[in-house]
Amino acid sequence: MKLLNKHAVFEKNSILLLVGILIMVSIGGLVEIVPLFYLENTIEKVEGVRPYTPLELAGRNIYVREGCYTCHSQMIRSTRDEVERYGHYSLAAESMYDHPFLWGSKRNGPDLARVGNKYSDDWHREHLKAPSSVVPETIMPGYPFLAETKLSYENIGLDIKTNQIIGVPYTDEQVENAVEDLKAQLDENSDGYDAFMERYPSAQVRDFDGNPREITELDALIAYLQMLGTLVDFSIYDESENNR
Amino acid sequence: MTYQNNPPVVSRLSQSLTTICLAVGIILALIIAGKTTSAAMQFHALILIVTFFAGIVALFNLGGRINEVEHKPSPSGVYYNNTIVKYGVIASCFWGIAGFLVGDILAWELAFPVLNMDMPWTNFGRLRPLHTSAVIFAFGGNVLIATSFYVVQRTCKARLAGEIAPWFVFWGYQLFIVLAATGYLLGITQSKEYAEPEWYVDLWLTIVWVVYLLVFLGTIWRRKEPHIYVANWFYLAFIVTIAMLHLVNNASLPISFVEPKSYTLFAGVQDALTQWWYGHNAVGFFLTAGFLAIMYYFVPKRAERPIYSYRLSIVHFWSLIFLYIWAGPHHLHYTALPDWAQTLGMTFSVMLWMPSWGGMINGLMTLSGAWDKLRTDPVLKMLVVSVAFYGMSTFEGPLMSIKAVNGLSHYTDWTIGHVHSGALGWVAYVSFGALYCLTPWLWGRKGLYSLKLVNIHFWVSTVGILLYICAMWVSGIMQGLMWRAYTDLGFLEYSFVETVAAMQPYYIIRAIGGLLFIVGSLVMVYNLWRTILGHTAGEESPENISKAIAAQALGE
Repeated sequence: MKLLNKHAVFEKNSILLLVGILIMVSIGGLVEIVPLFYLENTIEKVEGVRPYTPLELAGRNIYVREGCYTCHSQMIRSTRDEVERYGHYSLAAESMYDHPFLWGSKRNGPDLARVGNKYSDDWHREHLKAPSSVVPETIMPGYPFLAETKLSYENIGLDIKTNQIIGVPYTDEQVENAVEDLKAQLDENSDGYDAFMERYPSAQVRDFDGNPREITELDALIAYLQMLGTLVDFSIYDESENNR
Repeated sequence: MTYQNNPPVVSRLSQSLTTICLAVGIILALIIAGKTTSAAMQFHALILIVTFFAGIVALFNLGGRINEVEHKPSPSGVYYNNTIVKYGVIASCFWGIAGFLVGDILAWELAFPVLNMDMPWTNFGRLRPLHTSAVIFAFGGNVLIATSFYVVQRTCKARLAGEIAPWFVFWGYQLFIVLAATGYLLGITQSKEYAEPEWYVDLWLTIVWVVYLLVFLGTIWRRKEPHIYVANWFYLAFIVTIAMLHLVNNASLPISFVEPKSYTLFAGVQDALTQWWYGHNAVGFFLTAGFLAIMYYFVPKRAERPIYSYRLSIVHFWSLIFLYIWAGPHHLHYTALPDWAQTLGMTFSVMLWMPSWGGMINGLMTLSGAWDKLRTDPVLKMLVVSVAFYGMSTFEGPLMSIKAVNGLSHYTDWTIGHVHSGALGWVAYVSFGALYCLTPWLWGRKGLYSLKLVNIHFWVSTVGILLYICAMWVSGIMQGLMWRAYTDLGFLEYSFVETVAAMQPYYIIRAIGGLLFIVGSLVMVYNLWRTILGHTAGEESPENISKAIAAQALGE
């Protein structure tokens, strides 16, 4: 075959070989990934999705730190059994402010995309401390140290600011008041409560870990878990508008 | 044929420049240590300071070692840099055992959760990235760096480019591994699978990787052969594509230049596809292209036969690298990723079957006329079985990428079993084969300490792999079916936790399989160690092996 004999050009010139490789391996990514940034129907149009509150974001960072995503997905697929087991299939819009995404790839435990408000705070406290105390057959490790560790939130303003820079629609006011907002979400009677509710209208406010004296990592993690999948009201969501 | 070459020299200028760079690194690390609010970051800064300081000392030691010693060229007149490959062989063994061990601990944790001990640094969630990074990047990466440094020198008939640069690549890469691994245990992770290290570790790896590319290309530029050998095409594709994937998937913004935490630039669905474009091609280019390069050098060397088909290797190479990059979306079937992207990913994944099997055929058929050696040479047996496993998992992969099949297999152990048939059967076996070849060649021994031990390693590990993947097939398919099982009345039959409880026997079988695999690897390490010491077990070596080894032991 004549064509294959011409291949010697690549074999004799390392730069040509390098450029050839770069061209070949670029095409797939360009065709598949780039359109996701400009095709308008990639992310559905829905009401209710908002950026995380400072406390939820801190909880999410604990979820990442402990590697919860290694066993729990946050992505309900559009199959009958998944929808019946976990709730409405996940929308792209529901993770549009997730830097990084936490869809997961393996279910050693159940999907958590809609775990919010499914169990009480009490249940989560017990379960995170000693999972087998509430689910005897579980294989999940216990996280008793979360209740004992004070949440470090000195940098939460930087976290919110960084998210703002990379495109999450936080207002400057939300960036400036990050620490106050984090505290206000734990106490309905705090001075910052009204201002917090104005900035994050649908947020849940209470002392999540049952220990009002301290702000712990457990507070943050439960606050995050309890809001997962609760932002979109599926009783008014119109699927047909978002066929793609 | 012999070549005229000058013995290697370390220049004062490059010594001084590298020292200045390392000193700047020490100052940066000191600033970070002073300003950060994170104790883990402080610990990492300390590691950097100690390593960079040790690097400066080692630089001058290296100068003395290279400049004041008389070098003996190989019979063909090339001053090969063998020392660095020797280091790579030892590092590969060390990280291999470490990575397998963590993996098996995880397997036992899944079977008996009490083993988690409920502490942050022993829980499954933090150990799992430690296992995946240790086996892929620490073990696999060291094997790739060591073999590429060996193969590029031999196939170009030239000494490795640079004197300091290759050592920077080797030790810089070990530093990357230590930073990544200790980071996971201390809770520093960006959660993207196989790309967990945070921004500063990513930046460090980028520097190391660019130098690696330059050393590799620099050696090719020194070549005395007009043609670049096929193994080097694969190594080159592996190095540049990993660089591209690494840079795009790790694009992130740190919250401050002295804090470990960063946020990825992309979000949600775009981040998901970028991640699996990266993730699947970490498989495609790190665990496949790189190790195919090993196949293309070591199988013909060991079998003493030329590659089966030169044309097939051309078609195989270009079609493999072109098609692989499209396959990522099959990790996101039925998710919120747009349908068109899922279908495109599936289509290319199925097409990928062809070049994969083209490569397998090229590897296996290289044994034409030398099949009898499988009876006498267990190292060749290991290499050949690795190619067979490659064929098996590259058939299973396209099958699992079909949406209907993936609907069942996704999120279950079937995926874990699939990965391990490739990782243990293909990647680890072809690496073991290469290590068994390299050790006597590098240390100038006539042969391995014991071929019988190689045979024992082979059988113990193979039984381990089979237990592992069969257990995962059963548990994966069973769990997938249980999740979608309905009662006569139309309700879901099983709660989630019932499907978890049903997994336990298979998790125990899997953990035993993993244990056997580790035992096999320990046998290998012992065998290699005795070989390095120059011992022989006094077995009679088959004629055809000793000839091949003797030629290599001369340094060719």
